[in-house]
Amino acid sequence: MTMTRLTDLTIAAARDGLKKGEFSARELTQAHIDAMAKHRDLNAYITETPDLALTQADAADAALKAGDAGAMAGIPIGMKDLFCTEGVLTTAASHILDGFKPQYESTVSANLKKAGAVTLGKTNLDEFAMGSSNETSYYGPVKNPWKRTGDTTDLVPGGSSGGSAAAVSGRLAMAATGTDTGGSIRQPAAFTGIVGLKPTYGRCSRWGVVAFASSLDQAGPMTRTVRDAAIMLGAMAGFDPKDSTSANIPVPDFEAALSGDVRGLKVGIPAEYRPEGLNAEIDAVWQKGIQMLKDAGATPVDISLPHTKYALPTYYIVAPAECSSNLARYDGVRFGLRVTEGVRSLDDMYMKTRGEGFGKEVRRRILIGTYALSAGYYDAYYLKAQKVRALIAQDFRKAFEVCDVILTPTAPSAAFELGAEIDDPITMYLNDVFTVPTSLAGLPGLSLPVDLSAEGLPLGLQLIGRPFDEETVLRVGDVMEKAAGFTAKPAIVEA
Amino acid sequence: MSYVIQGETGDWEVVIGLEVHAQVISNAKLFSGAATAFGAEANTQVSFIDAGFPGMLPVINAMAVEQAVRTGLGLKARINKRSVFARKNYFYADLPQGYQISQYELPIVGLGTLILDMPDGSTREVGIERLHLEQDAGKSMHDQHPSKTFVDLNRSGVALMEIVSKPDMRTPEEAGAYLRKLRAILRYLGTCDGNMEEGSMRCDVNVSVRRPGEGFRTRCEIKNVNSVRFVMQAIEYEAKRHVEVYENGGKIEQETRLFDPGKGETRSLRNKENAHDYRYFPDPDLLPLEFDDAFVEKIRASLPELPDEKKQRFIADYGLSPYDATVLVFEKESADYFEKVAKGRDGKTAANWVTTNLFGALNKLGKGVTESPVSAEQLGALIDLINDGTLSGRLAKDVFEIMIETGDDPAKIVEERGMKQVTDTGAIEKAIDEVMAANMDKVEDIRAGKDKLLGWFTGQVMKATQGKANPQAVNDLLKKKILG
Amino acid sequence: MSLDNTTVRNIAFLARIDVPEAELPQLADQLSAILGFVEQLGEVDTTGVDPMTSVTDMALRWRDDVVTDGGIQQKVLANAPDAIEGFFTVPKVVE
Repeated sequence: MTMTRLTDLTIAAARDGLKKGEFSARELTQAHIDAMAKHRDLNAYITETPDLALTQADAADAALKAGDAGAMAGIPIGMKDLFCTEGVLTTAASHILDGFKPQYESTVSANLKKAGAVTLGKTNLDEFAMGSSNETSYYGPVKNPWKRTGDTTDLVPGGSSGGSAAAVSGRLAMAATGTDTGGSIRQPAAFTGIVGLKPTYGRCSRWGVVAFASSLDQAGPMTRTVRDAAIMLGAMAGFDPKDSTSANIPVPDFEAALSGDVRGLKVGIPAEYRPEGLNAEIDAVWQKGIQMLKDAGATPVDISLPHTKYALPTYYIVAPAECSSNLARYDGVRFGLRVTEGVRSLDDMYMKTRGEGFGKEVRRRILIGTYALSAGYYDAYYLKAQKVRALIAQDFRKAFEVCDVILTPTAPSAAFELGAEIDDPITMYLNDVFTVPTSLAGLPGLSLPVDLSAEGLPLGLQLIGRPFDEETVLRVGDVMEKAAGFTAKPAIVEA
Repeated sequence: MSYVIQGETGDWEVVIGLEVHAQVISNAKLFSGAATAFGAEANTQVSFIDAGFPGMLPVINAMAVEQAVRTGLGLKARINKRSVFARKNYFYADLPQGYQISQYELPIVGLGTLILDMPDGSTREVGIERLHLEQDAGKSMHDQHPSKTFVDLNRSGVALMEIVSKPDMRTPEEAGAYLRKLRAILRYLGTCDGNMEEGSMRCDVNVSVRRPGEGFRTRCEIKNVNSVRFVMQAIEYEAKRHVEVYENGGKIEQETRLFDPGKGETRSLRNKENAHDYRYFPDPDLLPLEFDDAFVEKIRASLPELPDEKKQRFIADYGLSPYDATVLVFEKESADYFEKVAKGRDGKTAANWVTTNLFGALNKLGKGVTESPVSAEQLGALIDLINDGTLSGRLAKDVFEIMIETGDDPAKIVEERGMKQVTDTGAIEKAIDEVMAANMDKVEDIRAGKDKLLGWFTGQVMKATQGKANPQAVNDLLKKKILG
Repeated sequence: MSLDNTTVRNIAFLARIDVPEAELPQLADQLSAILGFVEQLGEVDTTGVDPMTSVTDMALRWRDDVVTDGGIQQKVLANAPDAIEGFFTVPKVVE
């Protein structure tokens, strides 16, 4: 079997091949390590850990031979560099975490290890997961493996899980972990033509994941098929007593939920997701998605999520407020960067270390959040936003009284050019207009590629489910995936 | 009790409120599984959570919740079945997260009361504003290195109860009485050891002054005063400072100050301490803290008898004075000791022996009642020896002193040292006869009506018997023999 | 809401982030734009609405009072830029 074939496999196919002994985990891993070396220009990884990966692969091979292999045994994955990994540099793509090697392992990455996954390295991201284009990384932007047809311009992979998305799309990893605070799994998945699932808040433990906005952060799988997402989520999820917001409910067999049958299912189509000026191609792919589900026996239902318009402004108070507090611990005392030059006092050290250590977008968000929480403004900003947030969550609760799942576009456009929006924060924020409401309500959201734009770029649709009903989301996603038959790959893969 | 500062322009009243940080007695910290023991090597009782590492999350310790509720019940306070943890954001070297997890708008305990026992036996009620749970910070050491401050995070994350009084106190003595009473209650409850030297109980003092009858004026907060005496000194100093400022036409700025015990002064923390904007908001890593009535009632059922109830019972059941009762209930161990002594005996006698003789002796030894060389059983046995006539009161005091020195049982001491009171009338009569024979002139004087000389005879007879004669028997026999 | 340079400087101090003077005007503009954007929340009638305190309907779980952590001084100090004799250090603080 050729190297290209190995890196092109889905988790499900690789799992079968490994079981049958068609190839070894070591071969599978080596194929990916070679691909990573070949496509370093994508900048998908901040840290590559080939030696560690091969050791893990050998362990997986042994487990496969012994017949006690876990669900992800021998599957080479990328780990978003927001997950703390014991003894392996963890940066959150920030200068301020220079040299930080955690002495502990995040619950999610530990779960994946336990399931036998092979970690190829730590994938690039927007600094502290703040961004929608992966351009705010201290380690430089990630390039989208996709390019417009007949055009060599570099495009962004979306963000913040841009490295993970590029790695999975460019076949530099069979799958990758992502984290999603306002769309950071789903939007890059849509931009790179892969599947991304943000589970229900509380489904995956946040312990050991560098925090951005605690009430929104949620880890999830980024894969090339819906089935793969189901397999990987099963390995990532689970109750964690170390996370007070982790849900103490059993993890279902997500893969078993892929019955292929959506007959009679009511699919909510929210009117508010078709704002004036919605990109015609996006609207078209949405209509196509609705038709696919109709053809499969589901029933579209018009629903209203009246506070949708206010989701972004709500998010841009809540998330920065939480981040301003969460990022206070990066102070140069216990880990990471410490600036000592010209420092005469403790405050000096804080100011210089944090001034130098944080990039511009992180700085903006910390300052907005600090302002929104400060004396005299708390009620007008933070409290108001949390009230509107309650209304947004209520919108969804009401909608789910008349439908089982909601279908929307994932992002308002296809991938854009590097540098196009970096100096205009608000335009950049609008990328998350369709993903943020789900995050605010804590609901599961899945993005899957459905079609290519006229320029040859992938376009995704989002499925939103009831709390802890990832199964329905995955089941519908699986049906749509089959109907869409999205088989396009970025040019670099076919080359 | 009135405490008035007489200024040049008239009288001023002092207004005092206290914020006490009491370290919760628990094995592990408020939000982590690290130990809380005092005095460990630096940074050995620190988890990644306490050190604010990336991705670390808090999980609440059930014991902290229980202790806070127990304390709330002890303060006759409103228990809030739903409370919320909030982050108090500020930067400091010993605050690794960059925020302290505390409670702000919805504390676990609301309004309560505390009764002060004043030295004159009177009582006064002080309102409790609230009690909330929060994390302690680490410790900064500024004297270890010429250019660096050292930081030990062992204390970081230990559970504290912040207990806030209403501004109901008007004298330094009341503030002292408040702290002593609060400490007594916490110790009775077993929720805090009240040790101010080790810092397990710390006090912030809010002081302002006003003209009698006026509304409140601007207050200053004196941080981290670590003894009852210093609290009282700090209040005195600060109140006088306010009066001086006002009388010189100045204005008091609301600010945080430090008390310097060496100089007996407070001084302003002029740095950024005063420019804080804590940006409180609900901690998104935690959900609201909730429990039901059953939880509260279970704790209520396990509450010990507290000082106020004990005091009332001592007054009612043992006939003690409010003063004696207050002294005895101040520490639970003293009260228990007293009750053992008083069991089956006269309460007042027992109280006298405990408060006067025992406490006096222990004071000299610098020991607490739990370290007393004389056990309650032994003291009871001593009182029994008085009651059955074996010992006179005077002899008993001598025996008690030997007991304090040796820790021996009183019966053994009496036996070995022949300190038994002589009640054998024959022996006493013999002594009386000898004294009378030697002093016939005085006998005649008594018979002529100089009754007062009887006492002199008693003394002589006691002397002659080396104090062992039963004084009552001596008296009776003397009267009979002299007056017939 | 439009933020001036002084306000931005004050917020930056509160957040302990050194912002070069030259960057203040652009930053003030960007922050003002973001605040302007979020101000549309004012349009929403939130009378009688309770603010969201948690996205899940769960109650807070409690831990048993058992020592399960700590005793890892070396690991805790392993990443410290300047640990001395078991302590973290910072530039001397004068109280």
